[in-house]
Amino acid sequence: MKVTAMDIYKLLPKTNCGKCGEASCMAFAAKLSQKEAELSSCPQLKGADFEKLTNVLAPAVKEIKIGTGDKAVTIGGDEVLYRYELTYYNQTALAVDLSDDMDDSAFDQKLAEIKNLEFERTGEILKLDAVALRNKSGDAEKFKKAAEKLKDAEIPVILCSFDSNAMEAALDVLGPKRPLIYAATENNIDEMANLALKHNCPVALFVPNDLEKMKQISRKLRESGVKDIVLDPGTYIGEAIGDTMDNFIMIRRLAVEGKDEDFRFPILAVPAVCWINPKEDEILTKMKEATTAAALMNRYADVMILHGVDIWEMMPVLTLRQSLYTDPRKPQSVESKIYEFGTVDENSPVIMTTNFALTYYTVAGDLKSGKVNCYLLVLDTTGKAVDVAVAGGQFNGKAAAELIKDTGVEKLVNHRKLIIPGLAASVSGEIEDESGWEVIVGTRDSSEIPAFLAKIW
Amino acid sequence: MDTMSQILKLLEKTDSIEINEFRMDVDELELTIMPTLQNVVQKVVEKQIEAKKEFESQIEFKYPVKDYAGKVNEVKLGGKNRKTVKLGGQTSLYRFEEPQPNAPTVTFDVFDIPMNGLPRPIKENFEDVMHSPGEWAEKAVKEFGADMITLHLIGTDPKVKDKSLKDAAKDLEEVLQAVKVPLVIGGSGNPKKDPLVLEMAAEVADGERCLLASANLDLDYQKIAQAAVKHDHAVLSWAISDVNMQKVLNKALMKEGLTHNDIVMDPTTCALGYGIEFSIDVMTRTRLSALKGEEILQMPMSSGTTNAWGSREAWMKKDEWGPTKYRGPIWEVVTGLTMMLCGVDIFMMLHPLSVKTLKEIGTTLTYEYKSKESRDISDWINKF
Repeated sequence: MKVTAMDIYKLLPKTNCGKCGEASCMAFAAKLSQKEAELSSCPQLKGADFEKLTNVLAPAVKEIKIGTGDKAVTIGGDEVLYRYELTYYNQTALAVDLSDDMDDSAFDQKLAEIKNLEFERTGEILKLDAVALRNKSGDAEKFKKAAEKLKDAEIPVILCSFDSNAMEAALDVLGPKRPLIYAATENNIDEMANLALKHNCPVALFVPNDLEKMKQISRKLRESGVKDIVLDPGTYIGEAIGDTMDNFIMIRRLAVEGKDEDFRFPILAVPAVCWINPKEDEILTKMKEATTAAALMNRYADVMILHGVDIWEMMPVLTLRQSLYTDPRKPQSVESKIYEFGTVDENSPVIMTTNFALTYYTVAGDLKSGKVNCYLLVLDTTGKAVDVAVAGGQFNGKAAAELIKDTGVEKLVNHRKLIIPGLAASVSGEIEDESGWEVIVGTRDSSEIPAFLAKIW
Repeated sequence: MDTMSQILKLLEKTDSIEINEFRMDVDELELTIMPTLQNVVQKVVEKQIEAKKEFESQIEFKYPVKDYAGKVNEVKLGGKNRKTVKLGGQTSLYRFEEPQPNAPTVTFDVFDIPMNGLPRPIKENFEDVMHSPGEWAEKAVKEFGADMITLHLIGTDPKVKDKSLKDAAKDLEEVLQAVKVPLVIGGSGNPKKDPLVLEMAAEVADGERCLLASANLDLDYQKIAQAAVKHDHAVLSWAISDVNMQKVLNKALMKEGLTHNDIVMDPTTCALGYGIEFSIDVMTRTRLSALKGEEILQMPMSSGTTNAWGSREAWMKKDEWGPTKYRGPIWEVVTGLTMMLCGVDIFMMLHPLSVKTLKEIGTTLTYEYKSKESRDISDWINKF
C-alpha cells in the first residue's frame, strides 16, 4: 500500500523553513509521496527521524542496481499492483545470454548484437540492458575466461552458475563490476551468500515452484546479511505457464499488500527456457520466447534472461515495456500549435493531426524521414489518437476551424487547402463548413504522406 | 531532576540499553527496581512479545488469496442449431484463487467482401476462400479450429459497396449454414446503417444466440437492443476507453430489456505500441470493479485484437525490422495476450498462429494451480 502525504507530513519537522525548495512541509510531503523529491533536501531531518522516514518511504519492492557507473541498470522499486494506481517504476531489464562454450568470434559477434540492437519508437531509442553469461560448460576455468571477455564490455552482467567455485572464479574477474549473481539455491546458499557479501553484489535466489520454501531461503539469505536479492520462482512454459504467472503475482501481492519482508524484491524471469526443447522449429521457438516474455512482463517481471536476439522478436517486447512503463500521471500529449517541417513557404501544404504524443511523433518521424516540407497543425484532442478523437468528438469541425484561426496559418500560406488524416474522413465536411477551407482526405497511415504529397501537391 | 529521573527521561525513547566495559566486584548484590523503571521494563517486554508475534506471523507462508464480493456474469452464445460457447463466469481475479470456469474464446474475422487490403500473412491463409463468406468461415473452423466466427458486413457501408439488407441477409444465411459454431455479427461501422443491418441480422438468425456488434451511444442502440431481445441474441456494448461511458451504455441497454446475461463489453483495444497501456488500465479497472461487486460492470469483456494489424510494426516492409511474416502474428498475439491478462474473455483475431498461441496460454487459466506436469528446469543453465 502506498504511503500518503499525510503519513509523511507527520514525520517531517513541520517548520515550513522552505530550505527543501517547497513552500511548506506539507508540499514537500506531497512531493515525497509522488517520488518527486529527495528526503535529503530537508536539512532539519537527522538521525533516527531520518531513518524512520526513509523506511516509511522505501518502495514496496526494493530497488536493486546491477552494474556500475552510467551503464548500470536499476530494477524493482514498484509501489503498486496495478499501473493505473500510480505508475510502474524502473522498466524491466532485458538481458540476453552468452555461453562460456562459444568460440571467440561467435561470442564477440553475439555480444555486439546485444549491444547494438536498437529500435526507435516515438522519439525514444529502445535497447537491451544486460548480458547473462551462462556457465554452460560446467567448468570454472572456462567460466572465468568468458568473464574476462566481458571485463571491458561496459554492459551490466548476470553471471549464471549454480556452482559456487565457478561463480567465485568469475567474480574474481567481474566482482568490481557489480554483476548479479545467479543463483543461490537451497544447495549452495551459504557459499553464494558469502560471495555476494564479499564482492558486494546482488544475488538471485532460485527456488523452482515452491513459494513456501522460497520464503524460508529468502529469510535465511537476509539473516546472513545479504540485502540485495532478486527472486526467481522458476519460468515454466507450456501447460505450466499458469503456475509461473501465479507465482509471480503471489510474490508481488505479498510484497505490496502483505509487506512481507521475504518477498519485497524484484522478480527474475527466464523466457530463454523456451530453447530447452530443440525439436521445435527455430521461428516458433522465437515466437514462443517473445510471447513468454510479454506474458511475464505483464505479470511483474523486473528482469528477464532471453536467448534470441532477432529484432523482430525483440520489437514487441521492447514496445510492451515502453507502454507499461509510461507514467499515467503525465499527459501523453504535445503542445497544440503549428509546427514547421523542412523548408516552408507560402505554397507549402498544411496537414492536420492530433496532439496525442504517439500520433505526433509517428507523423513527425515520417515527415522528417520523407524529407517533406510542410506546416503541421496539431489539434488539441486531449491526447487522443485520430480514430479515438473522431469517435469521441474532439476531432471536429469547430475545433479544427479554431486551430486554423489561432495559429495564423492563413497569413503564412496563400492557399486554403487542408490535408487531414484518412481516419478522420468522416469529419471532412464539417471542417469545410466551419473553416471555409477545402479539405483533402489524406492517407490512413502517415508513412504514406510523402508519396501522397508527391502525387497531389 | 535526580539522576534516576534523568536516566528514565533518556530511556523514554529507547527500547534497550547496552552497557559497555562494565565490571562489578561484589559479595552480594541486591537490586531494587523503582516502580517507574518497572514500568519501562514492562513496556520493553511487551514490545518484545509483539515483535516476536510479528516475526512468527512473517515466518509462516500463507497463500495471498482474497475473497471477492462480486463475480463476472456468464454469457452463453450459440444454441438452436449450433454449439454453445460460454464467456466470463469468473469468481476471482486470479487462477490460484479460483480457476476460471470458461477458457478465453477466440473468434475469427470473416468479411462479406474479398478483403484485398488484408496483410499478406493473413491473406495467404484465406486467399482461396475470400470470394465467399461461407467458405471463409468453414475454413477458419475446419483448418484453424475457430471457436467462433465474426462476420463483418463491411460491404453494407454506403461508402464501400452499399450492399442491400437483402444481400447482407444472404451472406449471413450462407455463414449460418456453413458452420456450426456461434457467430458474432458485425456491421460496417456506419452509424446510420448499422442499426438496420443488425436488426435484419437478428431476425435472420432468430434464436441462434449471436453477439450483435456493436451498440454504442452514437447510433440507434435502442433498435439493436430491441431486436436482440425479440430474437434472443446478446449485444456487444462498445465504449471508448471510458469506464463511466461504459456504465451509461450498459444501463441504457438494460433499460431496453437486455439482462446482465445478454451483454458483453468492448472497452476498446488500443494496439501494442499505440496506447495499449490505456486499454490495460481500463480493462483492469473494469474487472476489479466487477469483482468488488459493481453490477453494472460485471459483464464479460471483448477485445478487437485485430487492431494490432494496423500497427506499422506489424505490416510495414522495412528490412531492418526483419520479415513482416513473423512481425504481424507476434504483434497480434502480444496485443491479445496483454488484454487476456487484464481479464478479457473473447478475442476477435485474424491469424491462425496468433490464435493458436493465445488459446494455448488461455486454456491454462482454467487449470488448478500446480495441477499440470512441468518440465524440470532446475538445471536450465546448461540445457540449451
